[in-house]
Amino acid sequence: MGAAIAMAFFVAPEDANQGVSQRIFYIHVPIAVTAYFCFGLGAWKALMLLWRGGERYDLESYVAIHQGVIFGALTLVTGSLWAKASWGVWWTWDSNQLVLFLVLFLFYCAYFMLRFSLEEGPRRARSSAVYALFGVVLIPISFLAIRLAEDFIHPTVFTREGPQMSGSMFATFCVSWGAVTLLAYVLYRVELLGKRLDADLRELREAFS
Amino acid sequence: MSQGQYVAAVYGVVFVVVLAYVAIIAAKLARLQRQTAELLRLVADRRPEPAAAEAPEPSRVS
Repeated sequence: MGAAIAMAFFVAPEDANQGVSQRIFYIHVPIAVTAYFCFGLGAWKALMLLWRGGERYDLESYVAIHQGVIFGALTLVTGSLWAKASWGVWWTWDSNQLVLFLVLFLFYCAYFMLRFSLEEGPRRARSSAVYALFGVVLIPISFLAIRLAEDFIHPTVFTREGPQMSGSMFATFCVSWGAVTLLAYVLYRVELLGKRLDADLRELREAFS
Repeated sequence: MSQGQYVAAVYGVVFVVVLAYVAIIAAKLARLQRQTAELLRLVADRRPEPAAAEAPEPSRVS
């Protein structure tokens, strides 16, 4: 992360149109892509649970969606700050990309309400998995909304002709993306380990009592 | 606020959120460590004394 931040501030040149605020791109976009990936991973684990069964997929799906919500919240906050710096507004309802991302984020926030309103067990695992799978439909819609709408509020940087930026800018973006993905992976593994330990200890306590 | 301050705010928010998340996970792991130690103590309390465990069974031959 340190290398990514150093590259964003000292290696990548300043954007001719947006100026210094364009440096937000190097953290905002990798976080948004990671949020999409986490939601997708949560849905994939949910599918595995429904398909193959197995308690571990329930926990893995839950942790992935939890990560997705954290990265989703960060995407909304960093995007809002960037919008204020570049467009002069905190939020605009005119951009489909923003609204659809908000819908996706709120949908997965509601996942926790569903999950914690049910008794722990196979029924809760199956219901949560079905809900997580429904949400996955929103991911490609949210991701492709900007290309379908072709609005100018939220510009397209990655087109069929390749990335619309200089080589050092693209290298900085790749390093940032790798750093955020690695961070998300480490946090996912640590949280999953903690949850598994917690479950094992609960079983042990019950066995002793 | 200037554009530079917005950029600093974005990177600051990300740093604070990741730091808070790591702190929460660290607190949780510390709690799990305490619970593991408590369970180990329980196991040690339930384990029979070595002398009693090695004592021969009383003969049941009549």
